[in-house]
Parts: sequence; structure tokens; C-alpha cells
Amino acid sequence: MPRYRWWSTPAVLFLLGCGGPFPQSTLHPHSDFARATDVLFTDIFWWAAAVFVVVEALLLVALIRFRHREGRPAPKPTHGHTLMEIAWTLAPAAILVFVAVPTVRTIFATAGEGPADALKVDVIGHQWWWEFRYQELGLVTANELHVPLGRAVQLSITSADVIHSFWIPPLGGKRDAIPGHVTRIAFRPDQVGEYAGQCAEFCGASHANMRLRVVVESDSGFGRWATVQLQGPAAPAPGTAADRGKAVFARSACIGCHTIRGVSPGVIGPNLTHVGSRTTIASGLFPNDSAHLARWIGDAPSLKPGSLMTRMQPPLTDADIAALVAYLQSLQ
Amino acid sequence: MKSWLTTTDHKRIGLLYFFTAFAFFLIGGIEALVIRAQLAQPNGHLVTAETYNQLFTMHGTTMVFLALMPLSASFFNYIVPLQIGARDVAFPRLNAFSYWVFLLGGLFLNASWLVGPLFHAGTLNVAPDGGWFGYANLTERQFSPGPNIDFWLLGLQILGISSLAAGFNFIVTILNLRAPGMRMMRVPAFTWMTLVTQFLVITAFPVITVGLAFLMFDRFFGAHFYVHEAGATPILWQHLFWLFGHPEVYILILPAMGIVSDVLPTFARKPLFGYTVVVYSGVLIGFMGWGVWSHHMFSVGLGPIADSVFSATTMLIAVPTGVKIFNWIATLWGGDIRGTTALHFAVGFIAMFIIGGLSGVTHASPPTDLQQTDTYYVVAHIHYVLFGGTIMGLFAGIYYWWPKMTGRLLSETLGKWHFWLQFVGMNLAFFPMHFIGLLGMPRRVYTYSPELGVSDLNLLSTIGAFLIALSIFVFLVNLLRTRTHGQRAGNDPWGGATLEWSIASPPPVYNFSVIPTVANRLPRWKTEHHEPMRDPPATPPAPIHVPGGSWWPMLAAFGLPILALAPLTHTLWLALVGAAVLLAGIYLWAFEPFEV
Repeated sequence: MPRYRWWSTPAVLFLLGCGGPFPQSTLHPHSDFARATDVLFTDIFWWAAAVFVVVEALLLVALIRFRHREGRPAPKPTHGHTLMEIAWTLAPAAILVFVAVPTVRTIFATAGEGPADALKVDVIGHQWWWEFRYQELGLVTANELHVPLGRAVQLSITSADVIHSFWIPPLGGKRDAIPGHVTRIAFRPDQVGEYAGQCAEFCGASHANMRLRVVVESDSGFGRWATVQLQGPAAPAPGTAADRGKAVFARSACIGCHTIRGVSPGVIGPNLTHVGSRTTIASGLFPNDSAHLARWIGDAPSLKPGSLMTRMQPPLTDADIAALVAYLQSLQ
Repeated sequence: MKSWLTTTDHKRIGLLYFFTAFAFFLIGGIEALVIRAQLAQPNGHLVTAETYNQLFTMHGTTMVFLALMPLSASFFNYIVPLQIGARDVAFPRLNAFSYWVFLLGGLFLNASWLVGPLFHAGTLNVAPDGGWFGYANLTERQFSPGPNIDFWLLGLQILGISSLAAGFNFIVTILNLRAPGMRMMRVPAFTWMTLVTQFLVITAFPVITVGLAFLMFDRFFGAHFYVHEAGATPILWQHLFWLFGHPEVYILILPAMGIVSDVLPTFARKPLFGYTVVVYSGVLIGFMGWGVWSHHMFSVGLGPIADSVFSATTMLIAVPTGVKIFNWIATLWGGDIRGTTALHFAVGFIAMFIIGGLSGVTHASPPTDLQQTDTYYVVAHIHYVLFGGTIMGLFAGIYYWWPKMTGRLLSETLGKWHFWLQFVGMNLAFFPMHFIGLLGMPRRVYTYSPELGVSDLNLLSTIGAFLIALSIFVFLVNLLRTRTHGQRAGNDPWGGATLEWSIASPPPVYNFSVIPTVANRLPRWKTEHHEPMRDPPATPPAPIHVPGGSWWPMLAAFGLPILALAPLTHTLWLALVGAAVLLAGIYLWAFEPFEV
């Protein structure tokens, strides 16, 4: 069950009448990493809330008690009080010790080094999509990261172009994806489910459209998914729309950027070998259905400003696009 | 007209700064309103992604460099010489130069909204679009081929010259032109904070200048200062930018803290509680501001040791800041508080700045910052600091000193309307952003999914933003109305303790008929130790020589945008013309006959 903090319930749900889950919330942690930061945040939040109440109350009392009244004698010209000033220098410093100690402990606990048996995945940020490479499985996919429940995950993050930032709030993050550097996140998810994330570092025109999902599956579910992903793409039956689509794919510019194992070796765009098995397209922007796929293939930049997948010249016919959609959907 | 163009009078330059900066403040505000209108609902499409990215970049850049800093500068100019009992700043013509460079730099930056066709851009607007922080390597020519980033980096270089010139000018002014008897520990708090601010300016701006110069070489000459393929790293930019950027935060907030430290005692009729500690904590904040820059970079992965160190230094800076807040409350305690509009804004500053400070502690902790950085939570934080803090403080200053600057009081009724609308508006606009961020919405996104569950909160925030706009409209009405209906201020409408209240409003061109001799910290007040000083006579006992104006600072200033146009348009002869104008201006300025 998602855990609602006391003020997120009244403030967000009741006051604004907006219900529903928050798929990208930092307040509903589902991994050891996200939980550690959440616990620390709760800690600091209460200290801050206490300081807030005390200081604002003092301010209000001063304003009310000492407001101007006719006949009030001229105030005593006090210039200071050394002891009090020392006290209110030391008090915040003491509170900060209570914040700093758990902070440093958590810094080292979340430094990004997973256990030796962690599932290692390389994450590569691109303008504007995510590439995932499972070294130990020899598997490459995009925008939807599948991980097993109960096994630590060790992400090594970098970028192919500009700086991005990898962030899945319920599971942890964020860490920047920096060209020429490798940064790390390690976490162990604690509940099966689908979690939303997105790029957090401004990275150009479609920064807002660089989203991703993480699917946490049972060990057996993850095993099945990995087995399917490792197989080559199914060849469409001759004469079907999918078969025509494969021919269109093979003779169009698609092959320059996209890999479909056994068909094309492009590495600029996402690997499409099993694109039909993903739930979304365009890095988490749209559901993976015929209508959206067709619009996406026809004119990606209108759906995702700045997209490197420009309109094809000469444009594909509607029949070509329909065939391509059928082919891509067959790549389960 | 000519006398305004050639003026070297710090009071006129102060007013020029005020009106120019306020105009830029309105432009930046309009940019914010378009941003909020776009985000009022999910999947908004009022503006395109490209235009939106330009809007938030220019909103940040405008508010920091063209609105808040120069609004503070307008008070440095107008008030500091009056507070220290001087006739003008140390270098009046350099002061005029600073203003003209600021104006031209601001116009240069904003011209990018309209000149797209000149660059065959296909759109009218080619404004900067890399964020106010302009992270490399997105700003490299490879990823930002248009003129957008060129406008940004050249504009900032121009503005940096203005800030540096003003910085040196005010340091020399405050250190050397104090009236006889005004020792450093008798300098009013606002002037003290101005001094600290100017030291931060002259040390921080060279860092961004270097960072921008590297970027210029990368973009115009194919150098590779931030290109990792050539063995460099884009992280270098982040270090340089935040080494400047964090002191810059204190450049923005310290003047407002100074204003509050002057306004509260006046209206509580009590001396500033712990003056010495308030001054020293300001100086300490200035020093410590240099040791915290990497807290903007916790998500970069600098390693646990670096993160721990920068976390500790960042938390430490909360201590002198907290001390100031307690001293302000203690100043009010036991006072006889008159609830003027200026006091409302000064108290509003304290109340709102506390919220910004406390949310700041939550991202001084690197693990929690990982979840907060680059989200709307941080947008909430900076707006509580810079809007709830700096802008509230600046308005306190405007209501407090406007009578001194114009001779007429602003309407208190309209002022209270302004305050309460702005207070409610800003909390409506910025408080929900805490939740929006914690629920997972990153910043700098032109659109968001309704799935996030933050649509209603965003709508609320947008309503708040328009309420702020309404409050600013009320202020403008107040400002205009005052010209004709404003009550005459007299020398001292508030009973102030400092020297500026001892002379006419607005002050005569020579300021003080006789330079006062200062014997204590509160010269115009009676305390247990001393009687109030005698105000200088209304007419000078002997004629006072006041230098005339000069065209040459403005001429020199014009050289800079011409120089900047050269790389922008790849035109060599413009560089030669710009350099010639600049040199001619400086030459004529240097050899201008002293007597006019």
C-alpha cells in the first residue's frame, strides 16, 4: 500500500479533491534507496517544522504584543544581549548536528555501490530517450527498465550527448548522466509494480518528453521477460501486413538509426528488436497502440519537439505506415 | 533630457536604475505569467517547447541580472552616499558608465525576442534557451547551433562589466567617503550589507567571466573547454558557474537583509538588536558563501566525501542566517511597532525567508536533495528566498525610501492592498510547488502528464501567480498616483535614525549643506548615551561645487554591445568599430577637463 504522509493526505487529496495514485512520487518509496532518503527527509522535515512554528510564533507574538498604542512609553533602547545571542547561535547549530549525523550516514549508505551479486545495467541517456544495456544478459532495450524483485540493481549511468539525469522517484535517484563520466545508483526494489520516472536535468527542446518506466517483476516474471528479449525477432508470416512492413523498414531510413536484430544494425535510436512488447513509445510519452505508432512514424517532431527522427523524405504513404505499425507490433 | 543622459549624480542614476530595473522586472514577470499559463493544466500548448525553454531561461536571467541586482543597485546608488554623509559616490562617471552598460546589456539580451528573422531562424524569437545556469555541453555549438546561447553569453559578459565597475565604485565609496566620525561600526546596516555584497560581486563575477570566456572560445573558435571527447569535461562549467552562482545568491539576498535591518528599528523605535552580530553574520555569510557551491551538484556524483563536506558547510551557513532572524525578532520585541507598509514588507521578508531557509536545510542534505534537486520543490525554495525574501525586502525599501527619493509618500492604503495581495499570491503560487516537486514533477518542463496527479496543484499555483501580477498592478497605480496625490514627505516622515533623514526630500544636488560629523551609530536618535545630532542647515553656508554631467561614460558603454554584435553576426569590422567607440569613450572621459 502506498504510504501517505500526514500532510500529503489533507493537502493534496482532501483540499484539492484530486485522488488517484502518484506514480512519480518521492513520498511513496518502494526501494531501500528511496526509503532511506524518505526517512531522512521525514526527520529533517519535523525539525524544520518545529523551528518554523517556534520562529513564526515568536514573530507573531512580537508583532501583536508590541504593536503601536497611544501613550505607550518610548521603548527602551536596548542594543543587544550577549548571552541570548550566544544561545540562539548555538541552538540552531545543535539542531544541525541532529540533521548532519543521519545525513552523513545516509550519504555513505546510498553512495551507489550495490552488492557483488547485483543485477548490473548500463543506463545511457540520449536526447530524448533512455537506453538500457544488461551486460550479464547481453540484452539491449530502451525506455522501459525491467528488474527482478528482491535482487539489488546496480545502474551505471552515462550519456551519449548532453547531460541528463536519471530519476525514478519511488525507487531512487537522481544521478546525472554525464558524457565521459559514469555515475552509479544501487537499489533493491521491495514491491512488484510499474514505476514512473523522467529526466531531471534540462537537456534541450524535449527535456519534458524524456520519460521512462521501471517494471519490477517477480524473479520468474523477469526470467520470462529476459528469455523472450534474448530471442531474435519473430519473422512475420509471408504476405501479411507485418511482412510488408518489414520490407518497408528494410528499404527506408529506419535502418540507419534502429537495431532490429537480424534486420538492421543502427545505434542512433532505440533498439526495436522487441518494441512490440513495450507498453509505451517515444520514451514513455504515449501508449504503444496503432494510432500513436502511426502518428509517431509519420511525424515524430510534431509529437516530440526537436526529435532526431525527422519526417521521412519523400514521406511514407499511409499504407507503408500501416504496414510498419503491423510489423513493429509483431516484434513481441 | 540632456541632463538625465549625461548625469553623474548618484541620485539620478539611482532613479534611472530603479525605473529600468522595474521595467525589466515587469518583463520577467510577464514571462513568468506565460510559463504559469502554460502549466495551468497538463499537456498545455499555449507556447511551443522551444518558446517555453526560452521563457524560463529569460525569466531566470532577467530576474537575477536585470531586475533584482539592479533594483538593489538603485538603493546602493541613491541611499548609500546619503547614509554615509557623502556628496556622491567615489567615481560618479564610472557610476554613469555602470548604468549605461546595464541598460544596453539588458536591451541586447532582450533583443533576442525579436530578431529571429535576421538569423533566418524561422521564428521571431531566438532568445536564450539553455536555462539561466546554461549547463555545458548543451550550450556547445553542436547542441545549440542558433544565436540563442550567443545572446546569453555575450549579454552576461556585458552585464558583468557593469556589475564589476559598480562593485569597485561602491567599495571605494563606502571605505573612503564616510563622514567624519563614522567609523566602520557606526555604518548603517544597509550600507554594511552593500559593502559585503560588493566584495562578493568583485570576487564572484570574475569566475563567471572566465567560465563564459571558455564558452565563447568553444562556440566561436572551436575550442574544447567543456567537450569530453577532447579530454575536457562539462563538469568544469558547473564548478565555475556555481562558484559564481552561490555567492550570487548572497549578492541577491544581502541587500534585502540590509534594508530589513534598517526598516525594523525605525518602525519599532528601537535600535537594531545586536548590530555587531548582524554585521558580522553578514560578513560571515559572505565568506561562507564561497564554500558551498557543490551543493548545487549533489546529483553529479562527486562522491560521498565531497558530498559530506559540502553538506556540512551548507548547514553551517544556516547558523549566521538564523542569528540574523533572531536579532530581527528581538529588535521588534519590546518596541513600539508602527504597522506601516514598509514594516509589513520587512516582516513579510522574515516570515517568508524562514520558509525558504528551512526548505534549504532539506536540500543541504545530499540524500534528500537527490529527490528534490531539479524538481519544483527547489523552484518553491528559490522563490521563497528570492521572492519572499529579496523582493519583499526590496519593496520594504521602496516604501521606506520612496519619500526620500521623490519627496512624496506612497499611499499606505494602496500599499497594504499591495502587500496582502502579494503575500497571499506568493504563498498560493509557491507553496503548492513543494508538493508538486515531491510528487515527482521536474522543473524546466514545458508540459507534464495528468498521471502525475499534480494538475490541481499547478492550477492553484497559476492562480497565485496572477494574484501576484494584480498586486504589482496595485503598486504601479500607487506609484503613478503618488506623483500627483502623494502627501509631501518632509525631511523625515518616519523618524529615522540615519543621516539620509537629516536632509530635504528629495535631497538637493549636493546632498548635505554641511558634511555632518558623526559621533555614534544612531545620530538622529536620542538614546541613553546621547542626544540627537543637529540636522544640517537647509541652505549651504558656502557655495558647493557640483561637477556637471558627461557624455563619455555613455559613449564608452555603447562600444560594448557593438563589440558583442561582432561575434554574433560574424562581422569583423563591427569588432573594430566597437573597440574604437569604447576606446574613444574612455579616452575622452579620461581627458575631460575637470571643471565644467
